[in-house]
Amino acid sequence: MPAPDALRLARAEKMHKLRLLSLSFPAIGIVTLMLVMPLFVLVGLSFLDGDGGVSLGNYQRMLRPAYYTAFVDTFLISALVTLICVLLGYPLAYGLTLLPPGLARLGIALVLLPLWTSVLVRTYAWLIILQTRGVINSVLLSTGLSDQPIRLVYNYTGTVIGTAHILVPFLVLPLYASIRAIDKHLIYASTSLGASPARTFRSVLLPLSLPGLFAGATIVFVLSLGAYVTPAVLGGGRVQMWAMLIERSITLYQHWGAASALGVALLVATLSILYAAYRFAGLRSFGVQA
Amino acid sequence: MTGARLRAGTGAFGRAATARLALYALCTLICLFLVAPTLLVLPMSFSGTAYLQFPPESWSLQWYAVFFESPVWRRAMLVSFQAGVMASVLATLIGTAAAYSISRRPELRLILYGLFIAPMVVPVILIAAGLFYIYARLGLNNTMTGLVLAHTLLALPYVVLTVGAALLSFDANQERAAVSLGATPLRAFATVTLPQIRFSVLSAALLAFLISLDDAVVALFVSGGHNATITRRMFNALRDQIDPTIAAISTCLIVLSLLLFASTRIARHREAAGRAHA
Repeated sequence: MPAPDALRLARAEKMHKLRLLSLSFPAIGIVTLMLVMPLFVLVGLSFLDGDGGVSLGNYQRMLRPAYYTAFVDTFLISALVTLICVLLGYPLAYGLTLLPPGLARLGIALVLLPLWTSVLVRTYAWLIILQTRGVINSVLLSTGLSDQPIRLVYNYTGTVIGTAHILVPFLVLPLYASIRAIDKHLIYASTSLGASPARTFRSVLLPLSLPGLFAGATIVFVLSLGAYVTPAVLGGGRVQMWAMLIERSITLYQHWGAASALGVALLVATLSILYAAYRFAGLRSFGVQA
Repeated sequence: MTGARLRAGTGAFGRAATARLALYALCTLICLFLVAPTLLVLPMSFSGTAYLQFPPESWSLQWYAVFFESPVWRRAMLVSFQAGVMASVLATLIGTAAAYSISRRPELRLILYGLFIAPMVVPVILIAAGLFYIYARLGLNNTMTGLVLAHTLLALPYVVLTVGAALLSFDANQERAAVSLGATPLRAFATVTLPQIRFSVLSAALLAFLISLDDAVVALFVSGGHNATITRRMFNALRDQIDPTIAAISTCLIVLSLLLFASTRIARHREAAGRAHA
């Protein structure tokens, strides 16, 4: 009788699959209990008013000018940071693909190295460079290019420079992978047919590297949208970004309703942008690995 | 006519060569922009004065003395180290098991990867706020347990991605052969699979330690008092004043980062070399 045997085999197969899946249980448990559940709690809190009644008040409050300006600032800063990262990251990513293997490995190491250095340490470094008695101002003063220190930090300038510096590697890594995958013969063909480097870039390299560029730019934009440490330190309280509004609502005002609504809005914005990038441009992963 | 075309050709190639040279120069500058700011912290930490002037007027080790003699800073460093080691061990165990499970159940890959990558995708300020709220109910705020669990969550995606990538290029038939020859699945994993992905697992563990050490946002919410991390204390100190003590601490952290980074590079190199020989 083959049927019971087949049944037993099927059951054994099922058990085996379940055992394999059970290896994921600790990870599933930790993400569910410490990430998914708290997020649901925050969503719930965002719909409660001060007296425990259900309301949309927390979301309506976000339309007030104080919040509204912070949103606009956050988006503008993120857009500017993304632009700077593209301008710095594109030549770097392309240059790395042209280098011989040994030098390319060194270049990649130089791009990865900042990722291994604490964000706080890198932010502090910019404080040293940009402050009134800092590196840039002392150079400007001693060379006579300026007769008084320029205010470079504790404002938007410092925030944008510091955040861009921290996020450049996130643009370079996916873009580098994307440019490296391009068939180099297309570029040789374009050059040998007499196209100028600018023309080759415009009509061959740029279109073919757009997916990687788009992926990197999306990651940078999204990370900048939720940035906290660098704007908090380099903005010196004069720059209000989204994440800082959330932190203030909790630590300063203990207003969980406001903080949750802001948080939910940030999450929705982040996930929508990532989803759109995934759906329309094939964004695969964050491109961050050891 | 052939000559003219040839000249035009070399002209285009000549321009391409010039453009390439300009590109390399630009790349060098951009790399400098990426690395140099961090390196500037080093001379600052040896400053002889209490304010940060570049270059320092005089040199001293006093800020290192302040750091190492302060019980508060020493305690914070110890907390960060302990949390980092424990979170790294926990995240590596849990993450490697999860990555293995995904590699053997490809039909669940999309949903499980989605779940495990979530801590990397959700803005960290939200993770911090959510944990702070939940921890307040459980009495886990300002405890080592709470900090280690939170950092395990943050490090998990990096472990799953790193080990998952290594398992992708590993031939599962080797392990099946071991099992068919009578080895228990655990033994087959330990003696056949693990040795071949051990450097990736090591990289993942180092990366997890780094993620824990680097975190300032979650620590700002859930760590405090006796169990405040070094990043939390540094963040608060930065908002108040920019004392060169921070430069001394930063230098120590930079050296640590360099060591961790070099270790993972060597680990990757070893693994790649091992594959090439096999």
